[in-house]
Amino acid sequence: MNPSRLLQRELMGISAVWWREFKVFWREKSRIISSIVQPLIWLFLFGSGIGASLSVENVHYRDYIYPGILTMSVIFGSVFFGLYIVWDRKLDVLKAVLVAPVARISIFFGKVLGGCTDVLLQVIILFSFSFLFPAVDLRGIPQALLILLVTSIALVSLGLALGSLLESLEGFQVISAFLVFPLFFLSGALFPLDERLPSWLTGLVKLNPLSYTVDGVRGALLGMNRYPFWVDLGIITLFASVMLIVGSVMFSRMK
Amino acid sequence: MAVIETRSLTKTFGKIQAVRGIDLSIEQGEIFGLLGPNGAGKTTTIGMLCTIIRPTSGRGVVAGFDVAASPTQVRRNVGIVFQDPTLDTILTGRENLQLHARLYGIPAGVRGLWIDEMLALVDLKDRADDLTRTYSGGMRRRLELARGLLHRPAVLFLDEPTLGLDPQTRARVWEYIRQTARKENTTVVLTTHYMEEAQQVCGRVGIIDQGKIIALDTPQNMIDSLGGDIVAVSAESPPLDRIRSLSYVSSVRMVDGVMEATMKSAHLHLAQLLPLISGVKSVEMRKPTLNDVFMKLTGRDIREDDAARGESWVETVARHQQRGR
Repeated sequence: MNPSRLLQRELMGISAVWWREFKVFWREKSRIISSIVQPLIWLFLFGSGIGASLSVENVHYRDYIYPGILTMSVIFGSVFFGLYIVWDRKLDVLKAVLVAPVARISIFFGKVLGGCTDVLLQVIILFSFSFLFPAVDLRGIPQALLILLVTSIALVSLGLALGSLLESLEGFQVISAFLVFPLFFLSGALFPLDERLPSWLTGLVKLNPLSYTVDGVRGALLGMNRYPFWVDLGIITLFASVMLIVGSVMFSRMK
Repeated sequence: MAVIETRSLTKTFGKIQAVRGIDLSIEQGEIFGLLGPNGAGKTTTIGMLCTIIRPTSGRGVVAGFDVAASPTQVRRNVGIVFQDPTLDTILTGRENLQLHARLYGIPAGVRGLWIDEMLALVDLKDRADDLTRTYSGGMRRRLELARGLLHRPAVLFLDEPTLGLDPQTRARVWEYIRQTARKENTTVVLTTHYMEEAQQVCGRVGIIDQGKIIALDTPQNMIDSLGGDIVAVSAESPPLDRIRSLSYVSSVRMVDGVMEATMKSAHLHLAQLLPLISGVKSVEMRKPTLNDVFMKLTGRDIREDDAARGESWVETVARHQQRGR
């Protein structure tokens, strides 16, 4: 078979998996709704509450954490989307897909695309609430979207990598407690990275690649960034590339 | 032309030899049954032929492609129905087929048409747009059958296609298998441990035990090789040697305290036979089945689980250890 035909086959395989993920996403309306409602609760209940007695550099706390909460929904949405293959494997849903004449890596890419699409649609819905946050500059949305997309690629890959390792759903809790929550809290999503922080915390935040997502989105939407946008984007892109490689290797080795 | 050809196909898992050198040649359009008890190596053999399991040694060629060297080409030419259901239950029946069609590169132009054809073939047109989680066990199997055949494979592999279905549904599923195989001239390779069903459906069967093919023929020839009908007599102490020496008796053995004698034209000889046995409690005459063939070859019953034969788990474990499994 000639190479272009082969490539066409693989692309069809990728789009098949993508199509399936989108169908599933669209069918589970309750999941979409809760993925929208949860960040809104953070913003309006948590953000407004703390915001009553706190602001950061004269920005209302609720507005200040808006970029962080967007990042949060990308973190949770992406990692758990990837981890979901544990469940798929348990139900043997993946089995029929894995024996198709499509390379494993194409199935992996289809999954990544599917996950990113889900997460990005959620983010876009959240963006439609931007007008409720006076400090947010709407012109920054495209930049924010770009950096969140790359972050989502990284984290869906991470989730798939972990999902190919896990044997049972019990691992969900462990990953949730030891990985997802620390990644979120150490991203500076909820607090500014200033000199008042203990140095160990500052160190951990700086090591967390997702801190650069938060910084990039905050820069784009609020103009409150520590690093230039291209540095944030560069670091996240590097992280995503590593995760894509790790994820595709792990996924290919999955039994 | 042989569509499947294997030579010394072998699979070892650690120390366990699951499949020990299988030689097979299956022709285009055949319905071939691989029969044997649980753990005999049926599923492993099928797994190697559809490239899910990599052979440890030996060679397998399916539809002209080597299973180890060109797995993608093999996959394109085979359909698989697994032992456990693998439908996407959050999708509808039609969507399951659409996903499959895309994965197998069926051109968009004919996709809808082929899907409709398959749905009609397995009588699922009315329920095509319902989520498959609302399907009954039999409907799910039929949809999986449709899915396995959708990309018009040269060979369809069915691993225990009727396991866990009620007898009525089982009969229907077999009917669909027979129908589709005939219509598409698809070669069907199936595994089952329902011997009676295999006997009706398969053109040829291979009996597999402990990873080896121990018999390979048409079901009829296998049964004929037993030498007649089976007469089962329940009596206190039947004179086995005496009966064995009779000219019309081909073999005699005891099964769970019941004497089973195989003989030609049993209905003619029964009257001569019975006076030789004292204290007859019951007599049963029947045509032999593939199960009897298996019993003759291995001395064991293929049917159902070991526990059903009144064997304790200790004995079961001991026997399995002895067998190296």
